[in-house]
Amino acid sequence: MNIFVFVKRVPDTESKIKIKRETKSVVEEGLSFILNPYDEFAVEEALRLREAQGGRVAVFCVGGEESLIVLRKCLAMGADEAVLIKDAAGETYDGLRTARILAKALQAKYPEFDLLLFGKQGMGADNGQVPSMTAELLGLPQANVVTKLQIEGSAGAAVREIEGGEETVAFSLPAVVSAQKGLNEPRYETLKGIMAAKKVQIPVVPVEDLGLSAAELAPGLEITGVDTPPERKAGRILTGAPEEAARELAQALRSEAKVL
Amino acid sequence: MILVYIEAREGKIKKASLEALSEARRRADELNLEIGGALLGSGLEAAAAEVFARGAHKAFLLEGEALDAYSAQAEAAALEELVKDARPEAVFFSATARGKDLAPRLAARLGVSLASDCTRLEVKDGRIEYTRPIFAGKALLSFRLKSAPQIASLRPNVFPLLDTGRKDGEVVKRAAAVRPDQVRGRVTEVRSGKGGALDVTEAEVIFSGGRGMKGPENFALLEELSGAVPRSAVGASRSAVDSGWIDHHHQVGQTGKTVSPNVYFAFGISGAIQHLAGMSSSKVIVAVNKDPEAPIFKAADYGIVGDLFQVIPPLKEELKKLLEE
Ligand SMILES: Cc1cc2nc3c(=O)[nH]c(=O)nc-3n(C[C@H](O)[C@H](O)[C@H](O)COP(=O)(O)OP(=O)(O)OC[C@H]3O[C@@H](n4cnc5c(N)ncnc54)[C@H](O)[C@@H]3O)c2cc1C
Ligand SMILES: Nc1ncnc2c1ncn2[C@@H]1O[C@H](COP(=O)(O)O)[C@@H](O)[C@H]1O
Repeated sequence: MNIFVFVKRVPDTESKIKIKRETKSVVEEGLSFILNPYDEFAVEEALRLREAQGGRVAVFCVGGEESLIVLRKCLAMGADEAVLIKDAAGETYDGLRTARILAKALQAKYPEFDLLLFGKQGMGADNGQVPSMTAELLGLPQANVVTKLQIEGSAGAAVREIEGGEETVAFSLPAVVSAQKGLNEPRYETLKGIMAAKKVQIPVVPVEDLGLSAAELAPGLEITGVDTPPERKAGRILTGAPEEAARELAQALRSEAKVL
Repeated sequence: MILVYIEAREGKIKKASLEALSEARRRADELNLEIGGALLGSGLEAAAAEVFARGAHKAFLLEGEALDAYSAQAEAAALEELVKDARPEAVFFSATARGKDLAPRLAARLGVSLASDCTRLEVKDGRIEYTRPIFAGKALLSFRLKSAPQIASLRPNVFPLLDTGRKDGEVVKRAAAVRPDQVRGRVTEVRSGKGGALDVTEAEVIFSGGRGMKGPENFALLEELSGAVPRSAVGASRSAVDSGWIDHHHQVGQTGKTVSPNVYFAFGISGAIQHLAGMSSSKVIVAVNKDPEAPIFKAADYGIVGDLFQVIPPLKEELKKLLEE
């Protein structure tokens, strides 16, 4: 089975973020970057499928040269191959643009695959768009936010979370699947894997070589501002014995906050 | 027209869809547009009345064999047909599990960008400005969409409901052209959680427990609290979930669910940034923690510094009394 995994380099969730209102952007200096945690589940799932059923795992990333680090991490985890689709645009918050690049790269250069694995969402931009969009552009079925995946021959079944329960999506390959926490426990890289990954020459495909038009590469969002959320006004600490505090709280929720 | 995707389960429209419809109506009034509701599947005639009450002028009922079980592929195709005919200026979804699955698929099909999981919509100079949280709520991104139609999904529990008191409008029935043999993926089974309990994303009140709950058996205390308050649910921090005390469906936070209930109770939760990411848009936050320095108190509107095991029993009684009044 030929499995492709799509990974993104994202700011660590622990990062304190700073905003630059003049440039309508989040300041990148000082942030530490990691492989998107949801993509780790996707890589792990690909490796497990390969171990059980044979095949190859290739990892793709759209981004600048700085994204090579996350591709190397995937190689160190055990991926067979990695490709950087080099794009200087930075964060555009536009899922369609990324999906167009991915879909075009596959059609033009890597058309042989059985399964496309994604994370459910790239942290930071928090879009949750690229998997469904790529599926549509390539005419593939999709299963998103998946916590359980089964592939048998050319048939797949995935369990995904919905409000108050879960649903099973049945599909035929090739297909798009995006990973949610719970799908698996990602492995750590081995030292041997890390050493070997360092030596790999990762192919770089410039976005400009894919034959996308300027219009297709233009971001579809016109950013008008980046701001911090309004500060919550300081809360009130209810003192006194538990019974007293509980009574005061119930009263406050009804008559002051008017939410009960 | 602003077209709103209406999600129904067993013939009943989801509240989140009505919220999206209500917000569409408010923005459409500013833009002088009509509202249409799109209902996909069969047996949804009765649901149309509710769509009118929340502000729609038209209800489009799209039917066809390919739409009987949910399939993103089939629904995107059916919606594209409708969009090509009705030519809406915008299409709104609610950012439910379904909306998050389908909205990007339709957007790609129409070749337009998407505003996902928005928490604020404003009309400025005749155009909609979308605002959505990024960096797990640590920042807000505002933007306009350059393409048409504009497609957006709206975060549940954020936009207030509107009741227009209207009862009727125009019902337009359409047979979708998409055929089952053109669809390679569909939902084959839906299982609801135990006892049909309300999901945290749909609850108006959430009682969440963290590592301070000490063990799985104590989550029964939160179940009892939830039993006393209508439309409430039990939530949890990742520590509680990872310890195996409660199922991960209850997890709130960056890798769990994003919630915005009217009241969020955090019992024995320290308030790590990844937890706050999932609940900081709650209308009112209550923290009960024995550590006065716990970061959760910085996010809380009301705090009780103390042992949660001493606070929960009287709180349950007080809430019961209050709700019986
Ligand atoms: C990539 C990533 C993603 C993450 N995603 C999530 C997520 O989605 N959701 C999430 O919640 N976390 C997430 N985390 C974990 C997060 O960083 C914290 O570790 C976690 O939220 C802590 O859970 P807690 O507050 O229950 O436990 P603790 O931090 O251990 O806090 C327990 C609290 O209980 C209090 N307490 C103890 N006993 C009592 C008592 N008897 N009465 C009252 N108070 C008491 C203590 O004072 C303490 O404040 C994530 C972390 C990472 C790195
Ligand atoms: N620049 C990128 N390169 C490769 N894959 C990406 C990129 N951006 C997003 N993805 C994939 O799409 C998933 C969802 O991302 P998003 O739609 O941006 O939230 C991610 O978890 C990745 O699997």
